[in-house]
Amino acid sequence: MTNENKNPTRRDLLKGSLRGASLLGLGSVAGLLAGGSSKDELVWQIDPQKCIACGNCANFCVLKESAVKCVHSHAMCGYCDLCTGFFDPDPINLDTAAENQLCPTAAIKRSFVEDPYFEYTIDEKLCIGCGKCVKGCNAFGNGSLYLQVRHDRCLNCNECSIAAACPSQAFTRVPAHQPYLLKDL
Amino acid sequence: MRYSAERMNLKPPLITITLLLLTVFSTAAFAVERFPPPEFDTEYQLPLTTVPPPKPVVQEYLNLAILLTALALASWLALKKRSRRGIFILMIFSLAYFGFWRQGCICPIGSIQNVALALFDSAYALPIFAIAIFLLPLLFTLFFGRTFCAAVCPQGAIQDLFLIHPLRVPPWLQHALSLLAYVYLAAAVLFAATGSAFIICQYDPFVALFRLSGSINMLILAASFLIISMFVGRPYCRFLCPYGALLRMLSQVSHWRVTITPDQCIQCRLCEDACPFGAIDPANPPKPTTVTTRDKNRLLLLLLLLPLLIVGIGWTCSLISVPLSRTHATVRLAEQVLLEETNRDQTTGLITETTEASDAFRVTGQPVESLYQTATDIQHQFHLGTWLAGGFLGLVIGTKLLILSVFRKRTDYQANRSFCVACARCFTSCPIHRQKLKQNQQN
Repeated sequence: MTNENKNPTRRDLLKGSLRGASLLGLGSVAGLLAGGSSKDELVWQIDPQKCIACGNCANFCVLKESAVKCVHSHAMCGYCDLCTGFFDPDPINLDTAAENQLCPTAAIKRSFVEDPYFEYTIDEKLCIGCGKCVKGCNAFGNGSLYLQVRHDRCLNCNECSIAAACPSQAFTRVPAHQPYLLKDL
Repeated sequence: MRYSAERMNLKPPLITITLLLLTVFSTAAFAVERFPPPEFDTEYQLPLTTVPPPKPVVQEYLNLAILLTALALASWLALKKRSRRGIFILMIFSLAYFGFWRQGCICPIGSIQNVALALFDSAYALPIFAIAIFLLPLLFTLFFGRTFCAAVCPQGAIQDLFLIHPLRVPPWLQHALSLLAYVYLAAAVLFAATGSAFIICQYDPFVALFRLSGSINMLILAASFLIISMFVGRPYCRFLCPYGALLRMLSQVSHWRVTITPDQCIQCRLCEDACPFGAIDPANPPKPTTVTTRDKNRLLLLLLLLPLLIVGIGWTCSLISVPLSRTHATVRLAEQVLLEETNRDQTTGLITETTEASDAFRVTGQPVESLYQTATDIQHQFHLGTWLAGGFLGLVIGTKLLILSVFRKRTDYQANRSFCVACARCFTSCPIHRQKLKQNQQN
């Protein structure tokens, strides 16, 4: 496969030494990187402290249906009757009729627990990650609704296109063994 | 810098404004307990937040093993077995597996950016398999030439499959356009190292196609590249691919390489016609015995030009470091905040025309000064980075000119080390190769 020359020419020698130098270069890059490397993969996640629920998560994900969904920290929830994450700012009635709901896809289920408390759960199949409820809950409630990247859906793009569009730089890379940044009391 | 000078003028009012903002927005912090969580009388169980895990990391190591196997197989098929059919089948497999099944990330092309970020930002820990994905094709290229491009890279495969009527790109244009890949490489490393953006991924032409979903711009990009690849062989690989630029440099000194003819070349030129990538260097007439003074002078001139090019292009690139730094979100934010603070109503102290980003920044209560400082630091990084990137481009262009001007003796038709992607078309068309094949079958 190589030139059949028995005697290496000047060019062969130069090529050989350049190849050696390249190998050395690649080796040192590998060494440098391996020094600070992790065994774990990095995955994308939203820092709920920085998220402003702008709505970009619903639009910028490369998936047709965003990998970002709303999650609910029930331990933080006030179980309010008038939930500002569930109801439109100016509801006609405090019932589950579509015109009263903030959620465009009716993904939040409201169910009675005991007087005067109501439980709100999220149907992830319906949630599009628009963050309307998050905004409502942050504004007047306890902030128990928040957005998270759901890793059963996320493709883990090298450059997350939502992260590139996030106005508050809330997207961060987190180690795969701790893939969520959960809000809790 | 102009930007920091403006900042200095604004210093006194900014501190008071920051303090004001701090008091106003301290109430707007998240997760305030406005309504204490109830204590239920009934036996109500608090539902827990489900945490579906990411795909297991084992899968990535499996991918790595498949990449290694495919690289070894491609090298063997191109150099030893010399089988276009084998290369073609492997190419289809790679397109199906690395492209449509694995759907892209992380790929060797994009991994350039992860490596650049990891080298410059110690907080970013690169997983070991990502390092391997970056290094393996480079290592193989150092020994066997660009066999990664031949049959492992799904981007190359999809363009190769679409090629129906290759048009010949004139050599001068080919040499000029191939420099674009180095510009792309330098820009990608610059933006990744400063933590601004991963532009290779943002403008990846085919990943939207592999996923069958993506923004309309990405799909248009994919479609236009595919249409071009019908008539121009592998346009992305030859003229844009930043990883290809790295591979080109390494394949210059590769230990083994694709050989067209297994025996004496009969100079039939069939290989030259068969190569859709303009990667065949013709045999040339014997070297002229007298080297003219003109040749010597030209070489001397180019050697002198090299440092000039490095400094000149480095300086030119550093001129656009400020606009380039706006790719970094923090710099954009700092400029927006600065603009808002400058336009602040003097009497009422009200800020108008805020953006989502600046609103979000004010909610955090972070002092404006530290934001400006971070932005200035990033701009300094960009200033240095553009100098280095420009210097690198100057070096590449200067070396290219030098290589083009040096006479190289070729008795046979040969595959050009940097342009050849080891697609195996050339030796399939070689009559000597075919004859040998026939002889082997008869034996």
